[in-house]
Amino acid sequence: MPVEVILPKVDMDMATGKISAWHVAPGDRVEKGAPLFDIETDKAAMEVESPETGILHHITDPGTEVPIGDVVGWLYADDETVGDPPTANAGSAQWELGKDNQSEHSNILVEENKQSESTESGSSPSQVRATPLARRLARETGVAISSLAGSGPRGRIQKRDVEAAINSIAKNTSSVTKSETTVVPKPTDDGILKNFIEGSYELVPHDGMRKTIAKRLTESKQTIPHFYVSVDVELDALLALRAQLNGAAATDKDGKPAYKLSVNDMTIKALALALRDVPDANVSWTDENMVMHKHADVGVAVAIPGGLITPIIRRAEEKPLSVISNEMKDLGTRAKERKLKPEEYQGGSTAVSNMGMMGVKDFSAVVNPPHATILAVGAGEKRPVVKDSEIAVATVMTVTLSTDHRCVDGALGAKLLAEFKGYIENPMSMLV
Amino acid sequence: MNVEATIESREISYSEAIREAMEIALNRDERVILMGEDIGVYGGAFQVTGDLVEKFGPDRIMDTPISELGGAGVAVGAALTGLRPIFEFQFSDFATLAMEQIVNQAAKVRFMLGGAVSVPVVMRFPAGSGTGAAAQHSQSLEAWLGHVPGLKVVQPSTPEDAKGLLLAALEDPDPVMIFEHKILYKTKGIVPEGYYTTPIGKADVRRTGDDVTIVATSIMVHKAIEAADILAQENIDAEVIDLRTVRPIDRETVLNSVRKTGKLVCVYEGVKTLGIGAEVSAMVAESDAFDFLDAPIVRLGGAESPIPYNPDLEKAVVPQIPDIVESARAIAKGVI
Repeated sequence: MPVEVILPKVDMDMATGKISAWHVAPGDRVEKGAPLFDIETDKAAMEVESPETGILHHITDPGTEVPIGDVVGWLYADDETVGDPPTANAGSAQWELGKDNQSEHSNILVEENKQSESTESGSSPSQVRATPLARRLARETGVAISSLAGSGPRGRIQKRDVEAAINSIAKNTSSVTKSETTVVPKPTDDGILKNFIEGSYELVPHDGMRKTIAKRLTESKQTIPHFYVSVDVELDALLALRAQLNGAAATDKDGKPAYKLSVNDMTIKALALALRDVPDANVSWTDENMVMHKHADVGVAVAIPGGLITPIIRRAEEKPLSVISNEMKDLGTRAKERKLKPEEYQGGSTAVSNMGMMGVKDFSAVVNPPHATILAVGAGEKRPVVKDSEIAVATVMTVTLSTDHRCVDGALGAKLLAEFKGYIENPMSMLV
Repeated sequence: MNVEATIESREISYSEAIREAMEIALNRDERVILMGEDIGVYGGAFQVTGDLVEKFGPDRIMDTPISELGGAGVAVGAALTGLRPIFEFQFSDFATLAMEQIVNQAAKVRFMLGGAVSVPVVMRFPAGSGTGAAAQHSQSLEAWLGHVPGLKVVQPSTPEDAKGLLLAALEDPDPVMIFEHKILYKTKGIVPEGYYTTPIGKADVRRTGDDVTIVATSIMVHKAIEAADILAQENIDAEVIDLRTVRPIDRETVLNSVRKTGKLVCVYEGVKTLGIGAEVSAMVAESDAFDFLDAPIVRLGGAESPIPYNPDLEKAVVPQIPDIVESARAIAKGVI
């Protein structure tokens, strides 16, 4: 029997993935453990090793969106005859999803899933790798099993995956019923397109990253009560210290300095130290508990072609500026190449979004869950300021902290921002 | 357990429990006789019959010649005439020599005579590996006999069940095959005094748990319980079912447990392929309990090998505690 090659789950909230490239051509032999293909998830690219030694056949074309756990190729033994692609148990054993005993409150998810099935995967339930128990639970609760991502081996859907889906339906439903009168039906694609003259536009299909951004930010704005606090901070002392530190950087034999600090690096450090000082603001929200983080893991929004990604500087409160700076450079470079690993952009308790370099004066950012805060940083510019009743000139930037009001109240946000301002305006305090 | 009188319990060994059962039976029913090689003055290959010949005499405790086929044939014939013979094999491996009498006669006569007669014979088989007795004296052939309609096959794992199942076997109108694990003979346990029976066809839940079901037989029950103790330290709650009877299997106890846990490991010493675990697994897969499975079923059984003489290899070819722990943990956590 040929061995299946499965699209693995490499990212926590991944339901589908795309093969960006095969390392082995159909008909070629591959050793177990050798690189077989690159997978592109919502946020990153990753190499997948061959599960077995054999000759590769019947591969899925690069660029096709494939649900997790689906077969993307087959490995044949040397003496095996290659016929049509082997198929899993398609056909008779199928059951209609969510048709008979679908309960009132599962309509939403089922509708959603029908849509995603037809547009994305087209996979039928019988092709889904799932345990009998998971199938039964899904059948009884009306959950569309083909829409779920399995946490088991080779993406197998288990009881816990269906239960997680049921819980999220219950949660979504309760919020929908409460605010029923205010829900505006989402316009359909056709409904949007008919506003424009045909031929006056081109349609570019969304890639995984665009879909993730849309999904996560919609979810954030719809479920997180945002609260905003702004403050102006003077940068002159920080700029002077930065120049001094950069001037003191050791150089290697090519004359390359060991580090080159940016204002952003120092902003990351200042926010991390402020979170250390105000631990109540270094949190994440769950329905049951406040997640009190022990370290300040600061995400940094990096614009990349086609979207953005937020790699995390872990334990930023402990790290020297030079380490933060060099780590940031590396993460930024690899983010642009889409080479970040999931663990490099998942988690964190806050984020910095800096649009200063683009001349933006001030803006408000959308909290990126599981974070509780995000700091929007504007441009540093010379502005008239009043000092001792005299008008003076100072380099000032405006920062706006968005908080998840469920866990960081206004006063707490203000306290965090005051600490942040203290570090920026007395930057030597960041060094000790 | 069906108890006739109020009785005390005390700790005795598995072989003492069997001897006690036979002594009680010999006292309460004059139709009961014992037959087998060297069960008289010598006391049996594993000293199970012991001194019974001194108490009941050679008419009822009969040494038979070294011919399992002949001895088993006499026992089957005696049962047909209305006696209640207990026939002891020196090693269960020698069942192969008596297959004609067991499979073609004892199991079939009642059917072929339209129920006019029955064959209430009891046969005892010292079975299993672990004694260094090598390939021809260490097998677990219970699945062979479990394949034959007309026979009942039990595998007591405790002294209490060894006594209760033997007394139940004597009550049963059909031939009952008792596989006694040789390593268990010296193990001790609480055994009620006096007469009682343990129902044939009824499994026993030795330990309750919600995370994974371990169905085990004979000595594997003890290994499964030890494995469950280890798993408990990892917060994996294993339910251990002692099958006790392999023919007929207690379907409901197994299915109920699988409906609860969704995970099944079968552990048995007989060769894995076409063994008891295959039967239990298929029984679950064919039933409505299938819809409760949340992981693949795992079977742990004897390797595809005769039992080796080398003690290390002898251990290696049958499931051990770490094997059970590993398998149960893997399916409990959903990683295989």
